[in-house]
Amino acid sequence: MAAEVYNKLTMLRWASPVMLLLLAIPVGIGLLMVLLPAFGFMPAIGGYEFTLAHWRDLFGVPGIVRSILLSLLAGIVTPAIALAVVFLFMASASATGLDRWVRRFVSPLLAIPHAAAAFGLVFMIAPAGLLARLISPDLTGWDRPADLLIVNDSYGLAMIAGLVIKEIPFLLLVAITVLPQLNPAQRVSMARSLGYGPSVAWLKMVAPGLYPLMRLPLVAVIAFASANVDVALILGPTLPPTLSVRLLGWFGDPDLSMRFMAAAAALLQLGVSLLAVVSWLLGEKMVSKFYRLWVRSGNRLGGDSAIFFLGRTLLPAALVVIGGSMLALFLSSFSLSWRFPHALPASWTVQHWVDAIPGMGTPVFNTLIIAAVSTTIALVLVVGSLEFEQRSDRKQSSAMWLLYLPLLMPQVVFLFGMVVFAEFFYWQPNLWLVIFGHLLFVVPYVFLVLSEAYRRLDPHWSQLAAALGASPSKTFWRIRIPLLLAPALSAMAMGIAISASIFLPTQLLGAGRIATVTTEAIALASGGSRSTIATWALLQSLLPMLGFLVALFVPKILWRNRIGMQEG
Amino acid sequence: MFRKTLKVFVSAVLCLFASSGLAVEEDSAEWLSIVKEAQHQTVYFNAWGGEIRTNRYLEWLAGEVESRFGIHLQHVKLADTAQAVSRILAEKQAGNLNNGSVDMLWANGENFAALKQNNLLYGPWAESLPNFLLLDADQYPEMREDFTVPVEGYASPWLRAQLVFYYDSEYTQQPPGSMRKLLAWVKANPGEFIYPKPPDFLGTTFLKQAVLELSDDRALLYQPVSASHFEQATATLWEFLDELHPWLLRRGRYFPVSGAQLRRLVLDREIALAFSFNPHEVALGIASGELPTSSRSYVLDGGTISNVSFVSIAFNSPNKAAATVVANFLLSPVAQLRAQDSAYLGSMTVLSLNKLNKADRQKFLALELGSAAPRVEQLNRKLQEPHPSWMAAIEQAWLQRYITN
Repeated sequence: MAAEVYNKLTMLRWASPVMLLLLAIPVGIGLLMVLLPAFGFMPAIGGYEFTLAHWRDLFGVPGIVRSILLSLLAGIVTPAIALAVVFLFMASASATGLDRWVRRFVSPLLAIPHAAAAFGLVFMIAPAGLLARLISPDLTGWDRPADLLIVNDSYGLAMIAGLVIKEIPFLLLVAITVLPQLNPAQRVSMARSLGYGPSVAWLKMVAPGLYPLMRLPLVAVIAFASANVDVALILGPTLPPTLSVRLLGWFGDPDLSMRFMAAAAALLQLGVSLLAVVSWLLGEKMVSKFYRLWVRSGNRLGGDSAIFFLGRTLLPAALVVIGGSMLALFLSSFSLSWRFPHALPASWTVQHWVDAIPGMGTPVFNTLIIAAVSTTIALVLVVGSLEFEQRSDRKQSSAMWLLYLPLLMPQVVFLFGMVVFAEFFYWQPNLWLVIFGHLLFVVPYVFLVLSEAYRRLDPHWSQLAAALGASPSKTFWRIRIPLLLAPALSAMAMGIAISASIFLPTQLLGAGRIATVTTEAIALASGGSRSTIATWALLQSLLPMLGFLVALFVPKILWRNRIGMQEG
Repeated sequence: MFRKTLKVFVSAVLCLFASSGLAVEEDSAEWLSIVKEAQHQTVYFNAWGGEIRTNRYLEWLAGEVESRFGIHLQHVKLADTAQAVSRILAEKQAGNLNNGSVDMLWANGENFAALKQNNLLYGPWAESLPNFLLLDADQYPEMREDFTVPVEGYASPWLRAQLVFYYDSEYTQQPPGSMRKLLAWVKANPGEFIYPKPPDFLGTTFLKQAVLELSDDRALLYQPVSASHFEQATATLWEFLDELHPWLLRRGRYFPVSGAQLRRLVLDREIALAFSFNPHEVALGIASGELPTSSRSYVLDGGTISNVSFVSIAFNSPNKAAATVVANFLLSPVAQLRAQDSAYLGSMTVLSLNKLNKADRQKFLALELGSAAPRVEQLNRKLQEPHPSWMAAIEQAWLQRYITN
């Protein structure tokens, strides 16, 4: 008996090192493959000498400072706005009908790939977009669209808006997942009994406890916002674009000698993302100082109605914008002719869908297989390492930070290095290599969504089970798994959504041979009509949406006769 | 054992065939042995997958080579051809010299130049294809040059392309016939024109067209670029652009990034004048609802840039025989006819009609162009691409000039 327990523990012991190695080794090798060329070493294209010349080239590129600032700005402003909107909403709408309504919609919205949402947003807010069409020409007198720089504006505001509306559902989901552990209702009612308004009570009593639990997801948001390519390409400035977009262009330049500068730019990008994270953490210190003053001031007057109003409008408005963007895509996918200023297509067709369906079989199949396998492996590894942490009663190892490396590094950087690495071993591009590449991104997100819920689970339940004589395994299967079913399913849905939406790992590690819905969509987006892109963007959103719906309804159905399990 | 001997024999034949440099007969022993070797091979054809029509044409191609030669063709859909170039480079870097993942690729201009220069291509083979004769390359030197870079048998022609302008006839009836007239037209119609930002290839083509028209000494542009020549040949281009930009859509503070975005801007009535690299694009765009029915296309008075696109084979492809057979089939009258037919691909053939038999020639002549397409005599006004080194230099200078910190 003791030996058996011991063996299980040893098996579990391996979960987290395996997971970390799985992530850190390829990223490390990929990084090395960038580090060398950045300083001039890349024998295949004739680079044998170490030099700083490529860095000089990089800083001599026109507009490079502006590109850096744009990336930095997006990296800091995006999480700040998204977090503020989420907190204001939770402060003002917790446990109301609006709250339940929003919770129902937030996960499916999370399933929409960034590129699809961005594309939809363009079609909403552009001068010839849906909003302008609704009021033209009657109210505006425009029979041709106004010549206004709304999308692709020079400061990246449209890009930040696109990022914010996509990050809000993500942060909200994370917040909802960890919130129950804080007993928010109790905290709020205590503050209310001391005379605080409900929203202020939430902000003073719950928010300070909630924020630390969201720090890691916020770091992921910062990294993503400062290094993202798809949203920046569609909504971002063009003269010059963000650093990430330019660096991707240099990596793809037919002039192979550009690879050196591209490699240097990749390191720079890593530096910019890290700088954004560090600035955020410093900003956090300052903000928390003021926040504490505000909390301690004991001021019970004012503010509540403003918070109430902002909280209840901003977040629903963001969700409505995403919904509207999806509606625009939906209409577009059935339009044959739709010129400005018509608010609806002049003629309709199902041709775009008919065109898409025959070629869909293989991509859909591949997408499902890759998402299912990579998410399952990720879940086993993450649960294994969290369970070990629980049973061995150890604190989170600081090495766990390594998990987030793949999210912090610009993808194109280490993926190209990984391709070279795979080639060294004559690993032909195949499905397994692609799945492995997906794991690098799926594991961190699964961990992100699941870890807090796992760690904060009230230990009394397990202690109670142990006191009743249950073995650790039995406690795990009978107590922890059921209690954590909802977060585990959310984590799975998140993993599936991530896997279904990533492009570069699939393309690079599969040599383009493993077609997924996303690779098809991206290829078509480079030359397709608005209707074709809309059709594929919707298809791309559909699969992960199924995952989220499962995550939403399975616990409801399983626990339909247990009221205590319904929320959270 | 026997298989191995056969393999050695066939690759010897392939070498012999490749180095002969003369087109062989379709029923010659050399060609037949290649066709035999090609059977059951899988060809990964890396080609831009941004257009449904091209994708569907390649699906048809896959079916044809499967039934005719037993070759499995798989279209690897690229968003950007440079992805395939990267791949081949990574493989070479890792020492994968015989088992590459890219067999065949559709690459032009800078991509082709980079591949050839870095010895990433297999060849020479293209001029030995049986169907090479149908191109009449002695009559049409563009079959042997890709953006003035000699192809030397490292790539086989596939399709023709030519820059055409198009306009919304609902908005204007008199589109400009030259770059100088364009400037006057945009001043009279502010915000009704824009071009994609380099290094998008359509945007760069616009700049090349402008520099060819505006430069005092066009001959310079057909030689490799040098610093002194660059100044001399492009001074008028920058003057022109400086004057043009304030009149563009969004006053030159934004540039689209692709031809697809230009089409969207025309459909949205944001602009009334645009351009494309496929003379049939307007007809096809109207049919698919991507362009307004009032769109019409034309060629500039002094002619426009035209080129030939090529397919090549990676140096480390394990399926060279099959790739060769596919390249040859792409040049067959049946494949080219379908490529030219606007019901399918709607591109332009590379075949010389004089080299075809009467029945085939009739089929080509019978294809309808439609009223939105430029007239045939307009399409005869062709300009050759400048040397590719100009492309990079102009792109660089453009960024230098119009992007600021």
